[in-house]
This record gives sequence, structure tokens and C-alpha cells, in this order.
Amino acid sequence: MLAPALGFTLVFALYPVVDSFVLSLHRILLVLPDQERAFVGLANYRQLAADPVARQAFIVTLGFVALSTVLEVLLGLGIALVIHEQFRGRGWVRAAALIPWAVPTVVASQMWRFIFNDQYGFANLLLFGDRIADYVPWLAYPGFAWVAIVLADVWKTSSFAGLLILAGLQLIPDDLYDAARIDGANAWRRFWHITLPLLRPALLLALLFRTMDAFRVFDLVFVMTQGGPGGATQVLQFYGYKALFTEGRMGYGAAISVTVFLAIFLLSLVYIRAVGSKLMEKERA
Amino acid sequence: MSRRILLGIGILLTVIVSLFPFLWFVVTSLKSQRQVEAVPPTWLPSGELGFYQTALVDYHLTDYILNSIVVAGSTTVVTLGIGIPAAYALSRLRVGGKTWILGGLLGVSMFPQIAIAGPVWRILDQMGGLNTRWGVLLPYVTLTLPLVIWILASFFKELPTELEEAAKIDGCGPWRTMILVMLPLAAPGIFTAAILTFIYAWNEFFFALLILTQPDKQTLPVGIALFQGEFTMPWGELAAASVIATLPLVVLVLLFQRWIISGLSAGAVKG
Amino acid sequence: MADLELRSVAKSFGETVVLEDVSLRVADGGFTILLGPSGCGKSTLLRIIAGLEQQTSGEVFIGGEPVGHLSPQQRDIAMVFQTYALYPHLSVRDNLAFGLKIRGESRQAIESRIGEAAELLGLADLLDRKPKELSGGQRQRVAMGRAIVRKPKLFLFDEPLSNLDARLRTTMRVELKKLHQRLGATMIYVTHDQVEAMTLGDTIVLLNAGKVRQIDPPSSIYNTPADPFVAGFIGSPGMNLIEGSASHKAGTWTFTSGQLSLTLPAIKSPIPVEGVSRTVLGIRPEDVSLTPSGGPDSPLTGAVDVVEDLGADQILHVLAGGRRFIVRVPPTRALKPETEVTLYLPHHRLHLFVDDRRVDWE
Repeated sequence: MLAPALGFTLVFALYPVVDSFVLSLHRILLVLPDQERAFVGLANYRQLAADPVARQAFIVTLGFVALSTVLEVLLGLGIALVIHEQFRGRGWVRAAALIPWAVPTVVASQMWRFIFNDQYGFANLLLFGDRIADYVPWLAYPGFAWVAIVLADVWKTSSFAGLLILAGLQLIPDDLYDAARIDGANAWRRFWHITLPLLRPALLLALLFRTMDAFRVFDLVFVMTQGGPGGATQVLQFYGYKALFTEGRMGYGAAISVTVFLAIFLLSLVYIRAVGSKLMEKERA
Repeated sequence: MSRRILLGIGILLTVIVSLFPFLWFVVTSLKSQRQVEAVPPTWLPSGELGFYQTALVDYHLTDYILNSIVVAGSTTVVTLGIGIPAAYALSRLRVGGKTWILGGLLGVSMFPQIAIAGPVWRILDQMGGLNTRWGVLLPYVTLTLPLVIWILASFFKELPTELEEAAKIDGCGPWRTMILVMLPLAAPGIFTAAILTFIYAWNEFFFALLILTQPDKQTLPVGIALFQGEFTMPWGELAAASVIATLPLVVLVLLFQRWIISGLSAGAVKG
Repeated sequence: MADLELRSVAKSFGETVVLEDVSLRVADGGFTILLGPSGCGKSTLLRIIAGLEQQTSGEVFIGGEPVGHLSPQQRDIAMVFQTYALYPHLSVRDNLAFGLKIRGESRQAIESRIGEAAELLGLADLLDRKPKELSGGQRQRVAMGRAIVRKPKLFLFDEPLSNLDARLRTTMRVELKKLHQRLGATMIYVTHDQVEAMTLGDTIVLLNAGKVRQIDPPSSIYNTPADPFVAGFIGSPGMNLIEGSASHKAGTWTFTSGQLSLTLPAIKSPIPVEGVSRTVLGIRPEDVSLTPSGGPDSPLTGAVDVVEDLGADQILHVLAGGRRFIVRVPPTRALKPETEVTLYLPHHRLHLFVDDRRVDWE
């Protein structure tokens, strides 16, 4: 019963990862098809380490991951706290919060690209109104283009983080809040001394999930900025994509792929340990 | 009292921030060409549907829609067809290998697309799968299987083993036990997994971009990402296309939010 | 219907031994109880008979045929589970029909069997309901119905009454007994409840720690327990069991334990005196009396410690010779703590176990 699922996973997930690793040890250029693929050892990785564009992509990616995940978990916490409350129309608010998650990333990217458009964009309308002369071509500024990508990602994925955190909130027994109230704790203290500590596993989980996912950011960059201006939004996965599929540097592209993969693999190990130990506890209970 | 005000602000912010960017596209899609090109932008649309017509006809959106429906639909069917027996088997395994397989699957779901993109492209190239629907189906199934198996395995695990034993004693083999007894009971879980798989396949962009290079084969996300006019960016048509691509998902969310939420947190938190 | 035989069945999970060398026979039409404390292996034994577990060694015979290699669906048995295991998505009718449909019975046969079973169990009005719309007792009946319609070779019951409240349990116990009388089917019944065991079965298999301790009709289990474990397990309150040693002088056997010294009746065959590691004397609380029984008695003087009045009778805790005796007497005398009493232990009601073996009186 397991065989087909394992077969798919082997052929289209595990083998490709291994193959990527093998490729990354070779020099393969698609533009020169007659050239033999030559084994070059770790040369691609050495080149990668020395490549200033790659270094910039690495820094851009790390910055993106750090800022967007922190914002997403904070906003997600806010959303979770709101949805966790009892009020009329709660179902509708919950559905509204889910919309950004459901919108295709490509559509979200076009939406934000339009919002930051230099002439027709809503951002300019909101900030400057009729003063057309002040309108800013946001995505043409390196710093702001990067911020725009972060914003779009935060908008798109905070609700997912919120859902993970909400699941954690629902695990906290109401008795604890009643007990704290009897002990004289006000709302803020209840939040600080009960909600937050007990929510820590869920927050951690959301943070890890979002981190791993943020490392793979691609759609937003492809649609909104194509990595520009001046490489300010060129993230690793986009750089790897360009090396592999527009420049045809298969070996070098594979080296980038493997690097991204290893970064995420290390993170997922942390994650599996965190979740895995929870699983064990459950089995024992 | 201040708590209620805080909650009110929270609700308001959640709703506005969540909906606004999409609503702005909806508004734009209902404008006239003149309104779209107005600087400063106008707040209210004239309410005409011209962009929808040009998007569907002139920009061949119908082809993209059809491709998306076929790809997302078949991905859902195939993933569930493979994932259900796998999840059932995993949930009933006693061996320690279970943890490894589940952990490994979770790892797969976290793979960066780029790490497998090159080799997957080469495999499909050799199989003749580039620019075909089944060519995108293969990686989609691979990448949606982990979530489906996680959701369903945790669902099957909750079902009492006595039911299966009763079915065995009543004369069912493993397949009949699964189909006649376990599947009906796991229906909510299966439904959740189906919705999530469909949404994933409907939204996926990276592999679609690599594998589908001919415009008549492309799915909606590729079409929308590569949306180009002759001279200027056709924002009105793009907005209309985006609304069309998103509307089915909005409907799914409105109808099945409970299931979606339970599925997403089951995949991640429940374990 | 068929008889059942187990030959040297053993089961271990890895290092843990769950069942050791279990052999027993259940005659066609017999009602056998597997009784023991939780963790004794009785449920595992039932699951091995059902084919839900594979024995590590030994063989199971149903109707004289070895079935060890057969899966549950090939053994033609029916089982009633502790949790009933009704299919929640099927109506009562479909629950009853399920096993028959799987086995490809004709529609008419299914209809008529459901009709019979529904009548027998009073389920006729419930056939179109779903399990969740039924009370605990009704679910229990459906679970039995599902077994009955199959007309299997063996009926297996895994603590079927333990999820019911006390009153319903009593009613269902009587119904089960009637059912067995009416069907005349071979039934194996697992329970940890000695009242169920005593009232339902024609044979009790008493298990402890994976070993069979005694196989006998209920009255023999009660009157002549094979070892101190059986003696203590059956009966409520449990038998008074005193550890001590037996010695004989001039043809008279004496049991001593601390300050306690009791003259014993004549022993059938000589028992070893040297190298004995454990000698236990037992007497049931209801066999002790406060007046001479008329036959040979061993009198003991002691003082009442606690009195528990149950209405129908009194349970006295009496300290005698430094040992505590539980005594069950009719509530005729108002006894206060610290009252001096004389306990009379009738000789023919004493049980002596030497090294976990029963010693028979002459």
C-alpha cells in the first residue's frame, strides 16, 4: 500500500536531490552541448563562495527570511488572538484572514506590484493623494523593493502562521485563566504569564515552518522585481533558477541548489526533532 | 472595556488588511480602461465587465483556466489515490520505520523547489513530459503527498482499531477494510486533504513555469505571472484574470474554512 | 458450531512473555470463561483464537481443524468487542448485514437472518438508526446481533458488559445466559468480573501472569481452588489466607503462624515437611462462624476490630493470634469493636496449600 507513494518520493524528490549533488560536482554548460561533463570536485562551491553576486543573494535571502518570519509570527499571534476570542461574525473574520493564504502567490505578487506601481498604485494614492509630482516608483528603489517583497510575503503568509498559533491557543485549558483571575491577574498579566509561556511550542513551530518556507521564496521575486533593481531582491532560489534555466550553467546552478537545500535541511532537522519528540510523548501517553 | 476596544481594532485590522489588496484588484478589474490609466487613481469603478471579456477572449484566459482545472483536478485525484492507502498503511504500522517515513515525508514537503528542479526537468525531458499536463502532475503529486499522508495518517490513527478487527472478523481483507470501513469514517479528513491538494496544485508556479513553456499548455499562475500587453502593462485585464484565478479559492475558503484550518494545523501541529 | 482446542499455545511480544503453554478444550455448545486480573493474557488468548494475534507457538483447533495459519475472516467466528466496534457510518440493519454481505449471502437470506436476530434481541424498532442514536445497552445488543446473524462456529466475547452501568450489566448478563441456552452455541467469554464468570460459564479458565491456574466448573473453582491465587481471586470479600508452616506430632497435623496455632484435619497423602518454601492456610469469610458448626472445628479467640454492616450481612474484621480474619456473618448480633469473639473454623472448609499446591483432606 505504501509502494506507490514511496516510489513517487524516490523518483521525483530523493533521486533529484542526490542528482543535484552529483551535478554540482561537475562542469556542465548547456550552451556548449558537445562539451563533455567534466568532474571538477568542489570547484563550483569554491566559485560560489567567491561569487559576489551569490554573496549578495545570500545576504538578501537571510535578511528577507529574518524580517519576514519575525513579522509573520508577530502578526500571526495577533490574528490568532483575535480569532480565538468569542464574538459574533467570528466565522467571517476567520474566513477573511484565510483569504491571503488562499490567493495564489503569483496573483498576490501582481497585486502588490500594482499597489506599488509608480502611477496607478494605491500606495501613492494613499500617501500623496492628488500630488502626482510626489509619486514614487517604489519598486525602482533597491531598499524599498526589498521591503515591498517582505511586505507582500508577510501579507500572504501571516494567516498561516496565525492558524498554527491558533491551534496552540486552543490547547490551553480555560481553567488556567480562571485560576489566574482568582489569583488576581489582570488581562495583560494573564497574557504574559500564561498565554505566552504555554504558547511557546506553537510559536516556535510557526517560526520554523515560516523560516523553511521563506528560504524558498521565488514567485514574489519573479513577478514583482525579477531580482532587481541591481540585485537588491535577488534571493538564492531565484539566482539558482537563473543559473540553471536561463544561463544553462547546470553544475553551478546545482551547487546553489544544494546550498539552499542544505540550509533548509538543517532547519528541518531541528523541526523534526521538535515535532518528533512530541510524537513520541503522544505514543507513550 | 478597553479589552473590547482592543478586540474591535484587532478585528477591523485583520479584516481590512486581509481583504484590501485583493479588493483593490477587484475594483480595478471593474474599471474602464480610462479609469485604470487615471493618475491619480480613481477610488470607485464604473462597474463594467469589459476587462473580463478581453481577458477571457483576447488573452486566451479560457485555455489557462482549462489547463488549471485539469492539472489541479487530476493532481488531487492521483495524490489521494496514492496517499490514502499509504497513510492507512502508515497509521497501522507498528514498526519504528513509521517515524522515519513520516519524518522523511515531512522533509520532502520542505524541499526547496530549486534543489530538485534541474533533475526533475531532465527526467521529464527524457520521458517526453515537458509541456504536457502529466509532466506537471508528476512533481505535483510528489510534493502534495507528504501533506496528504500526514493529514490522513493522523486521522486514521484516531479511528479505533476494534473497527478494523470487527471488519476482519466479518470477512474483510485489508483493501475491503480500508474501502468499506475506514474510508467512510475518514471522509472529513479525505475531504480536507483534497481541498488542500487542489489549492496547492491550482496555485503552484515554479514547476509550471519550468515544465510548461508553450502558452497553450500553461496554467493560470504562469499565465498571470507572464501577463504582457503589446506596449503597456494591461493592468485591467491582469486584474480581471487574477480575480478569476482567485475566485474559486475564495469560494472554497468561505465554504470549507473549518476543514482547511483543521487540515493545516493537523499537518503541522498534531503530528 | 464447533468445539475448540488449544494445544500448548504460547505468545510473547519480543522479550515479554504474555502466555505460556496454554492448553484447553471447549466442548461443542460449551460456555467457557477466560477469567483473570488485567494483564493476565486473557484478551490476548481470545485474540489468538480469533486470529487477530498470531501465537508464537502451539496450535488452535476449531472443529478439529488447525486454524493457526488462517486469517480471522477464514475462521468463521464472530466476536463482540468491549467497545462494541459498531460501524458508525452504517445503520443498525447494515451493521448486522455487513458480515453477511461480505460473505456473499443472498439478499433474502440476509433479510431473514436480520429478522430473526432483531426479534431475538428486541432490535426490530432500531434497525434504521445509526449507532450514535442508541443507548449503551442497545449498542451492546446490536453488537451481539452482529455476531448472531453470522451463525459462526464460535462466539468470542471480549469483556462485552464492562462498559455498561451496574444495573444494565445484570440485565444483560441474564439475557446472555438465555441466549446461550437458546442458541446452544460454543462461546468463549473474557472477563475480569468474577460474578459474570461464576454465573455465565459452565467452565472457568483462570489465568494469571500468562499461565493457566485452574480449569474447572465455577463451583469447583469456588469450593476447591487449585492454588492460593485462585483461592484469593474468587470470592468477595476474598478468602483469608495465612502464611505459616505445617508440622505433625503423633499423627496430628498442626498449622502455626506467629502466635496462631491450629489443629488440622487428617491429610489424604503425606505432605513434605522439609524443603517447603511456602505453606498457606485459607478459609472463606462466609465459612467462618461465631458458633460451633456441629462438626469438627478449630476455635480461635480474638477481638473485633472493624464492623462493616451491609444490611444482608455483616463483615467483621477480627484480630486473632496476631492475624486479621475477615468474617461474614448474618447481622443478628450487634457487635462493637473490641468485643471478644470466638471464631469457629470448620475443618472441611479449610484450604491448605503447600508450595502453591492444594492439599486434600481425608
